[in-house]
Amino acid sequence: MAPFIIRRLFISFFVLLGATFIVYVLAASAGDPRSALEESTDPGKANRIAAMTRNLSLDVPIIPRYFAWLGGALGCLIGKCDLGNTASGAPVSGGLSVAMGSTLRLVVFALVIAIVVGVSIGMITALRQYSGLDYSVTFLAFLFFSLPVFWIAVLMKQFLAIKFNDWLKAPSIPPWVILASAAVTGLIAAGVVGGDRRRRLAAFGGAAIAVGLLMTYFAVTDWFAEPAIGPVAMVVMSAITAIAATALFAGFRSRVVLYATLVTAAVGVICYFALDSVLADPTILVIIGLLVLALLVGAGIGAAMGGLYRSQAIKACMLTAFGCGGLIFASELLAALPAYSAEVNGVVVATIGATTPNFSGNFWETTLDQLGHLLLPTIAIVLISIAAYTRYTRSSMLEVMNADYIRTARAKGLTERTVVVRHGFRNALIPITTIVALDVGGLIGGAIITETVFGWSGMGKYFNDALKIPDPNAVMGFFLVTGTAIVLFNMVADITYGFLDPRIRLS
Amino acid sequence: MSTEEKAAAAAAEAASGNGKPDVGSTAAEGLSIVARTQGQLVRRRFFRHRGAMISLTILVLVVLLAYTSIGFAGIPGWWIWNYYTPGKVVNRGAPTLSLWPTFLGGDGFAIGLHPFGQDDLGRDYFALTMRGAQISILIAFVVGIVGTLIGVVIGALSGFYRGWVESVLMRFTDVMITIPILVIAAVLGQKFGGAGPLVLAIVLGLVLWTALARLIRGEFLSLREKEFVEAARALGAKPTRIIFRHILPNTVGVITVAATLLVANAILLETALSFLGFGVRAPDTSLGLLVSTYQNAFTTRPWLFWWPGLFIITIALTVNFIGDGLRDAFDPRQNRVRG
Repeated sequence: MAPFIIRRLFISFFVLLGATFIVYVLAASAGDPRSALEESTDPGKANRIAAMTRNLSLDVPIIPRYFAWLGGALGCLIGKCDLGNTASGAPVSGGLSVAMGSTLRLVVFALVIAIVVGVSIGMITALRQYSGLDYSVTFLAFLFFSLPVFWIAVLMKQFLAIKFNDWLKAPSIPPWVILASAAVTGLIAAGVVGGDRRRRLAAFGGAAIAVGLLMTYFAVTDWFAEPAIGPVAMVVMSAITAIAATALFAGFRSRVVLYATLVTAAVGVICYFALDSVLADPTILVIIGLLVLALLVGAGIGAAMGGLYRSQAIKACMLTAFGCGGLIFASELLAALPAYSAEVNGVVVATIGATTPNFSGNFWETTLDQLGHLLLPTIAIVLISIAAYTRYTRSSMLEVMNADYIRTARAKGLTERTVVVRHGFRNALIPITTIVALDVGGLIGGAIITETVFGWSGMGKYFNDALKIPDPNAVMGFFLVTGTAIVLFNMVADITYGFLDPRIRLS
Repeated sequence: MSTEEKAAAAAAEAASGNGKPDVGSTAAEGLSIVARTQGQLVRRRFFRHRGAMISLTILVLVVLLAYTSIGFAGIPGWWIWNYYTPGKVVNRGAPTLSLWPTFLGGDGFAIGLHPFGQDDLGRDYFALTMRGAQISILIAFVVGIVGTLIGVVIGALSGFYRGWVESVLMRFTDVMITIPILVIAAVLGQKFGGAGPLVLAIVLGLVLWTALARLIRGEFLSLREKEFVEAARALGAKPTRIIFRHILPNTVGVITVAATLLVANAILLETALSFLGFGVRAPDTSLGLLVSTYQNAFTTRPWLFWWPGLFIITIALTVNFIGDGLRDAFDPRQNRVRG
């Protein structure tokens, strides 16, 4: 493996070098950054032009200028980074690191959601091939492929932010919304469950009634005016988490796993009551510490109770613990919502920027503030990338489910759950890991439009602003980061593929 | 098992159950065997793909509407307004198109003076949208043609000749893939955007060939080892003849599908570039530029925002569906679970 990695590193380095040359020459010849100044009537014009010429070394021809830049950039390898100055004289690396942090915050969150949701949907549609659900999802995937981000973003600002905030001031749920959401959930449930007509009808009825009752409860109690996860809801939802985790990792035949996850959920409910004082105004470190503790406790319960199914029980209990922790976190957030809403004049879902200017509050309020700003750009990125993941997972899963070893697994008499999750899904994930790795590299610099539309001052906006001038040093700073990310993740994709699929490694 | 497969299985059963080799005399009418060439098979499968056929119809109608309504390249169209003369703003520029029939409580079907409304200068918005669609379609197709040509040439050369040709060309492709499409397109658009849509399209085509080149190279790599290529070489065929007569016709499917998807990507890329300000510049217009110009008018005059967006989605969606239909037509085995 090592010679392979070293060879890849070596090639990647030169590929990146070539790419920087192309981008530098193109960016430097895209226009004269001084042209805007030359048209101005500012008396200090000559000085400012001279300053900009000095900052960007515009008096040097492009090719030597590239090598001067390259010399500074290569310094990054030995810890002395010099990416040159921007047109206004500030060092590139300073602005770039701020922008990078901001972009990562946006992209990581969105990517995780897109992968989880996209892969699950793709798997379900592959298992229910040629059903109504499959066709609807396929159509939606094509639609999302064809959506311009900037267009959908404006619609989201209008309907998910401005209209939603107005609605939240006096939340009332009309009967037709209850009926419609019940019907839609019922249809989705029937499509997911599949099988004969009676099974589908039962799924439709069950889901529709559950959602209808829930929505009616929300409407009657005016839940959205003061949202909270009460003790009853906490108990029910923890139990559901425990059951779902068991179904995913072990199936219900192995009772011990179910008991273990239920015990974990019970511990979670106790924490819900016990942790109030700790969670009044915590720091982010306390939250992370509690999360790690929850995972450890879950693993401990799974190990102690799992018996023969120890490894499945540990995983299922850790997932349950994570879910319960998430529920407690959400409940604390919701409790802080009315106070936060009053402080920002009801603008809960923000349309622009990363935080409300001059806003200060306790931990929960600042978290709400950040989440409210993250919501719309995250949805935009998720919508666009979810379509690709759904399609990839679907076709990869279909291919795997056609393989002979799946038939063998069925012939051995394994349950359908084991066949799908352990024999099918795991193998279907191999090509998807590669695509995810490639996507991560692309997304770090690829959120250009989303960031521009939502006024998010990350890498994308940095690039956009730099190119408007055009400022080659700033453009190159941007490209150095994104290009390195892409090259690195390309390598990661190759290596993980070799690692996951021994046929590639050994041939 | 799909109905087609069932029919095929039934036909096979009928033929084998018969026990007699002379199928023609004893087989039922509907089961007689018709010889079809590969091209006919592909065409039949494509024409039976309902989504692709509907999309193709809609796309042709949109293209016809865009190019005949306001005319193109000096040829006048049938629409009364043009896209550049300002006029008097009537009724805040609200659209006069009405599709809601009278018996449902609407105004009946009427096109009116300005079906898509007017912009703030009083220009007819239908004409403007049509002009935007013309430019966006033009750019997408030119990018598709240029990108496909370059991709096929680079892919074919490196796949066929291997050796140093392949190393050089593929390393160059690797370099180009490292640069995000939107980044290099924006940098080029900043320089060439002012030079008119055609120049912009050609320049964008010059950087959008990478995926195609890799795909074609893969096809060539596997096809050049096939027996029929060996046979051709043994008969003394020159490389150009092998490439053009023997290998290239076998990659038509891959090329067609990839080229279609390239056009769909190019539409979205062009609109995104124009939206950011690195694509088509005023006084000319494109669908992305129209959305960008009027994105803040959404609350007061939403029609300025809806129409160009709807046209972008329609074009991109139909092209994507056509690509999907083509893929199914060329490779019907894909995405089918064994029954």
